[in-house]
Amino acid sequence: MASVSLERITKVYPNGFKAVSELELDVADGEFMVLVGPSGCGKTTALRMVAGLEGITNGTLRVDGKVVNDCSPRERDVAMVFQNYALYPHMTVAENIGFALKLRKMPKSDLRAKVTQAAEILGLTDQLDRKPGQLSGGQRQRVAMGRAIVREPAVFLMDEPLSNLDAKLRVQMRAEIARVQRRIGVATFYVTHDQVEAMTMGDRVAVLRSGVLQQCGPPQGLYDHPDNVFVAAFIGSPAMNLYEAAVSSDGTQLHLGSQALAVPDALRLARPGLDRYRDRPVVVGIRPENLSDSSLTDHAGSAGSSLTGQVELVEALGSELVVHFQIDARRIRAEDALAGAPSDPTSGATDQEPVEAVSPLGISEGVARVDPRSGLKPGQRATFSVATGRIHLFDPDTGMAVWD
Amino acid sequence: MSDIALPRRGLGGRAPRGGTDRARLRSDRRLGYALAAPAVICLLLVTAFPLVYNLVNSFRNVNLANAAQPHTFAGLSNYAELFNTPGFVGALVRTLVFTAVSVVIETVVAIGLALMLNKAFRGRGLLRVAILIPWAVPTVVSATLWKTMFDPRAGFVDYLLGVFHLPGAHTTWLAGQWTAWIAIFVADAWKNVPFIAIILLAGLQVIPGEVYEAATIDGATAWQSFRRMTLPLLKPALLVALIFRTLQALLIFDVIYIMTGGGPGTGTETLSYLNWQAFLVDTNFGYGGAISVSLVVLALVIAGIYLRVLRPRT
Amino acid sequence: MSVYWRRSWFYLGVVVVLVVSLFPFYWILRTSLESTQAVGNGVTGLLPSGATFSSYIKDFTKQAFLGPLVNSAIVSLATTVASVILGSLAGYALARLPIRGKGVILGFVLLAGFFPILAMVGPLFLIYRDLGFLNSIYPLILTYLVYTLPISTYLLKNFFEQIPKELEEAAMVDGASRLQALRRVVIPVALPGVFTAAVLSFILAWNDFAFAVSFLDTPSKFTAPLAIVNLGQSAYQVFYNRIDAAVVIITVPIALLVLFAQRRIVAGLTAGALK
Repeated sequence: MASVSLERITKVYPNGFKAVSELELDVADGEFMVLVGPSGCGKTTALRMVAGLEGITNGTLRVDGKVVNDCSPRERDVAMVFQNYALYPHMTVAENIGFALKLRKMPKSDLRAKVTQAAEILGLTDQLDRKPGQLSGGQRQRVAMGRAIVREPAVFLMDEPLSNLDAKLRVQMRAEIARVQRRIGVATFYVTHDQVEAMTMGDRVAVLRSGVLQQCGPPQGLYDHPDNVFVAAFIGSPAMNLYEAAVSSDGTQLHLGSQALAVPDALRLARPGLDRYRDRPVVVGIRPENLSDSSLTDHAGSAGSSLTGQVELVEALGSELVVHFQIDARRIRAEDALAGAPSDPTSGATDQEPVEAVSPLGISEGVARVDPRSGLKPGQRATFSVATGRIHLFDPDTGMAVWD
Repeated sequence: MSDIALPRRGLGGRAPRGGTDRARLRSDRRLGYALAAPAVICLLLVTAFPLVYNLVNSFRNVNLANAAQPHTFAGLSNYAELFNTPGFVGALVRTLVFTAVSVVIETVVAIGLALMLNKAFRGRGLLRVAILIPWAVPTVVSATLWKTMFDPRAGFVDYLLGVFHLPGAHTTWLAGQWTAWIAIFVADAWKNVPFIAIILLAGLQVIPGEVYEAATIDGATAWQSFRRMTLPLLKPALLVALIFRTLQALLIFDVIYIMTGGGPGTGTETLSYLNWQAFLVDTNFGYGGAISVSLVVLALVIAGIYLRVLRPRT
Repeated sequence: MSVYWRRSWFYLGVVVVLVVSLFPFYWILRTSLESTQAVGNGVTGLLPSGATFSSYIKDFTKQAFLGPLVNSAIVSLATTVASVILGSLAGYALARLPIRGKGVILGFVLLAGFFPILAMVGPLFLIYRDLGFLNSIYPLILTYLVYTLPISTYLLKNFFEQIPKELEEAAMVDGASRLQALRRVVIPVALPGVFTAAVLSFILAWNDFAFAVSFLDTPSKFTAPLAIVNLGQSAYQVFYNRIDAAVVIITVPIALLVLFAQRRIVAGLTAGALK
């Protein structure tokens, strides 16, 4: 058991592609760290560098304070769960789980005891004599886990371990992995592209994009205080509504298309930097749950704290309605947000050009999560109350959150 | 110590721990060369070395018959001998004609056999085993077997012709040049048609069935769909089979040695057989080397022609 | 009606192929069971005129066909083992390791398979003579690699390429070195490929005649194919029953191999055609 620290870890492939750039991360003993980001963001490369499967071009990797850059995977005492599980098809479940111990020349009786124990933790006791080919997807996943935990490694690495499972099983295994990790208490790196997994499983979440760390912190911290427009758009589902807005000259109003929102004092106090944006554009971010059907509230559509739009589609989820509506404001889509957030100029990212996600009429989409009692129907015009105190603000050029 | 260590680090121009990536790449690469080396060295020993040695010998007088004679420079005399003696030119012509005739006939038969094997019918597995056995047995077996079959006393061929009162009964097949070539061709085809057929079968099996259905709907006859669909789609497999077979036929030796010994006279001598005689009977390694070099060149030329003519344009 | 006739023609074709492929073997068997005298009398029918195992007994005792058979087995098996090991290592390097000039190496290995055998005989004869390798079966093992190594390397490279990379990475994370991962994970998983390479190598090595007839001198050192040719040949007469008994003997193991491994043989032969 140990802590892991990545100090300015960089990976440049022989073809010049910079997959990871100056990554700084510290994972404490027993901590569950999730690396999340869109495909190609370098998260898997980072994981593979920790595993020793990929060389480190620059930077220092320490396990328990000891530099392990030059160590081969076998010398690092790491265990890894692969996306496709990589179970040895010619070995039984027991042999799969015990393989690492066998390589370490552990006495047979000890080995059997360890394998049995791991199988018990994962509910695989009845499958020990089967071959991977005879197992279901979920069972294979467990075997892959078993192979990793039986070793009692210093570091536990998981590369999208749930992506090959169906949705229901994924939810179940999500909880199970978190439970097993708590139980064995080993520093864990978990790579996923699914922000829901990131939010639900990690002690801390590191968001990567084009090889650059965007933000690292506890899931709720990332959700509540995204450092930039990329993190804001990436974390949360449905995604945050991001619009381009103009700040009035006195700094009290945000103009979204033809509509305006008043800037409450609380927001101005929390984000004094907003003052610098008078008469300038800014990116406004509103979480879907911070929009509510104003017809359900008394002060219906009070001026300056509501937005009106045309309802396009209503998804009834039982506990809430997800309402898609059209609004005449310039929306910044997640893909465009990618262009705004800082990325490494040498990373070769092709998403540098912002695309205007707005129709010729200046109409764009928005999403609200409203109370199921709301009777909103497609085609209707609806007014949404905005929790203006919880608005996010970003610089339109740098994509960075506006705070001080 | 540090005086030496410092400039070295400076020359590297990298942070001390930088470049572990490259070190890893280098060590993997080294391992790769180490793993590939034994196979490559073994093959170099048995191919590149003989090729070079043959080249060298072909410009020297190397004859073990007069062991006392030093291996003097012979200029082009060994190559001149190739064209001044009837042996080589005759063998060259015979080899080329045999190669052309046998490869064409065998390929046509093999296409039919492959089409047959491509059909789903009961006993397909049996048929596959039945044709694989002739391919898998040593050439010595196929040659000896057909030598028996064509023997006027012990063989089936003359017996069959006799039973049906056909002409050719009581022919001593291997005693006449043309009849000997027929026997050699049969032995060669019996062993090698299955090989071509199996390769072509693999080519047929990757052609999707929809292609034929579409062709049938478009009103193609069986022949048309074979001519316009099967054959073009079969081209890659055909290329592989033709290269293999042509080079094998070009180098035919075992069958000749066993069935006719090049006879009657020199009537069935091929290049490989002539080459063997030069080496092992005449022990003339200069002349033999010249034949070998021509064999290699011939093989390369023919492989090159195939690749050029038949390679699908991409 | 037309379908019926087409079917009939098709099955007639199948029967013709079966007869052409297998009848010669029957004839060999028939001849091998006849006495020398009966062979001398010529063919009187499809069935042998009396059956005797004397040819087989003679082959195994008097003319020492057993020795050559053992020689062939030793050389072929050793070649097979060497070819599978060397082919696995080289195939692995070509499939997985970042070596430069992969195309050149693979091209050379494949080209070597087309090298004219007779062009090798002369120079190898000279060098083997100098090294004292002539008339010994062991140098044949190295020589036979020219038959077997190109196809083994190519087949195994293809098989290794099909194995997910993560499998050996998992092994390495589990604490295996690259070579351990190769031996304990990659090769076991590629076992069908290894088996295919082994079967084809054995068949190709067992098939050799050209090298054996050039390098071997004394009958006790002969390989089986060479022994067959020299068997039962006197200056005046060819004893087909004796020769054919030997032919039957060396055909049997190959026939069994084909029966047992036909799928793998077909897969191996066609690996090149499908690429």
